[in-house]
Amino acid sequence: MVREMWKGNEAIAEAAVRAGVEAYFGYPITPQNEVLEYLSQRMPELGRAFVQAESEPAAINMVYGAACTGARVMTSSSSPGISLMQEGLSYIAGTEVPMVLVNVMRGGPGLGNIAPSQGDYNQICKGGGHGDYHPIVLAPASIQEAVDLIPVAFEMAHKYLTICAILIDGSIGQMMEPVQLPEMQPVVRKEYNWAVSGAKGRKRHILTSIYLDVPTEEKVNLRILGRWREAQANEIRFKEYFLEDAEYIVIGFGTAGRIALSAVRAARALGIKIGLFRPISVNPFPYKRVEELCKQAKSILVVEMNTGQMLKDVQVAVRNRVPVRFYGRLGGVMPFPDEFVHEIQEMIKNPGKLEDDPVDLWYLRMMAR
Amino acid sequence: MAVSIVNPKNLVYARPKGFTDTPTHYCPGCTHGTAHRLVAEVLEEMNILDKTIGVAPVGCAVFAYNYIDTDFVEAAHGRAPAMATGIKRVLPDRVVFSYQGDGDLASIGMAETVHAAARGENITIIFINNAIYGMTGGQMAPTTLPGMKTTSSPNGRDVETQGYPIRVCEMLATLDGAGYIVRRSLHDPKNIRLAKKAIRLAFETQVHGLGFSMVELLSTCNTGWGMTPVESLKWLEEHMIPAFPLGDYKIALSVAALKI
Repeated sequence: MVREMWKGNEAIAEAAVRAGVEAYFGYPITPQNEVLEYLSQRMPELGRAFVQAESEPAAINMVYGAACTGARVMTSSSSPGISLMQEGLSYIAGTEVPMVLVNVMRGGPGLGNIAPSQGDYNQICKGGGHGDYHPIVLAPASIQEAVDLIPVAFEMAHKYLTICAILIDGSIGQMMEPVQLPEMQPVVRKEYNWAVSGAKGRKRHILTSIYLDVPTEEKVNLRILGRWREAQANEIRFKEYFLEDAEYIVIGFGTAGRIALSAVRAARALGIKIGLFRPISVNPFPYKRVEELCKQAKSILVVEMNTGQMLKDVQVAVRNRVPVRFYGRLGGVMPFPDEFVHEIQEMIKNPGKLEDDPVDLWYLRMMAR
Repeated sequence: MAVSIVNPKNLVYARPKGFTDTPTHYCPGCTHGTAHRLVAEVLEEMNILDKTIGVAPVGCAVFAYNYIDTDFVEAAHGRAPAMATGIKRVLPDRVVFSYQGDGDLASIGMAETVHAAARGENITIIFINNAIYGMTGGQMAPTTLPGMKTTSSPNGRDVETQGYPIRVCEMLATLDGAGYIVRRSLHDPKNIRLAKKAIRLAFETQVHGLGFSMVELLSTCNTGWGMTPVESLKWLEEHMIPAFPLGDYKIALSVAALKI
């Protein structure tokens, strides 16, 4: 297979086409526009469904309808647009139908800007919509990894009847990289025993998220939780770099994790025994593996492009076994590897105390700059 | 199923095949039951019950799927036209309809309604206009008449601060994507028959791929209006019809040419 130069958003769109996406509904928002634009040409030429909706709420509810037919269906958006979709996402979760969501994060809060950010980790992982539900969230750090995760996302969404989100930021959406795209897969329309299609020769199907009988609603919640627990047990994904003999560990996801790899290589060149742990499934989060890493780590540096959102998950796993340091850049500012190297050196000089609040200390460092 | 004790030759009225055997949850006197029955009869007569997917709204008709015997999904408030769009685009040879009230369709879901019509989305909407939010207890709706008392306009809708009712058919009729837009009423047997004919034509519009179709049905909410069922039918005739004139607002030439 050849490697070709692709823009992130377009590669993701083409990967979805090759994974057999049957319907796409979206609304323009920077920096994800190329997904919508690419599919506006590609989907109709393959006879598949494409609608540029009048809004994100409309787009996600078109997704909701299409998902109820059992089709492979996807939408994409960026931070403010994802906020607008939260209502639909909660209904989709409550109705237990599958969909893939691509979130190309940008700086916020509010209108923010169109630069890369990781400020929406909590929103997508902890559930921005109402009610108890847990989307599966995969955070690739390159275009190739994003492309490879697209078919996985569709399979997981259908397997667990849930939302599977690909969480990237504007830099992965906008940059170009050599990519090897997968082979074209045929569209497979299965007859699911829950999907609506017209009740021909079978009992009718009703898909809803309203259960006025509260014990029934409790059962539905437990059923949703049960599938989430299965996903927690089976779908943990991460990548490790230079961890074999590492005494210090950096943890970062997506673009921050990728920048951290450059920093770790530079620190290794300085003779520092340091490695990188990069969660790919940020929900479910690889708590167990982080817990294991505490045995070898003298201290851990968490890097993010937010105020320490994944940090909280790391702290849940670390449970004060080793000191944790935090470094983040905000509002669309992308950190340079040098900044992380500096943080690594400072951490080794002063690993900190277990009772320190990493966000407190980082905030004071930021304000003293 | 109830066992028939009527001699078939004397049978003039029975439950349509498109109706389940379920006791109603609607208030006595409410016209939802009539509207549901008309939809069920039309789907049965067109022999499309097993290829139809309904989209229920948020409002009193949230449980429309308990009565109308087809595949069904339940939309978020106002989003039924978007959800119907998603289904129809994936399954273009099925019949997809939504059933929505005035708060759902003309307030929170106005954008979804207008844009589904503008796209000429090949779906059918049954629009129940009873000038009030029934399910939440009788608040002011986008179709509440000037001066009409509701729980959120207790002194009567004051147009100075609360604006004017929206006439949806008139608005949608301006859109090129709309194939069939009419307003009917459910206040007496003659009008109920006319309403059924319109519902039939709306579904025929969809089956023939002629674009967006909507039938607005002026309806009563005697509980929300604080009237007896008979008073409410009279009130509909005397007050709602002048504000929302019955008629055909858009019948595309291709729809007019249909021979049913």
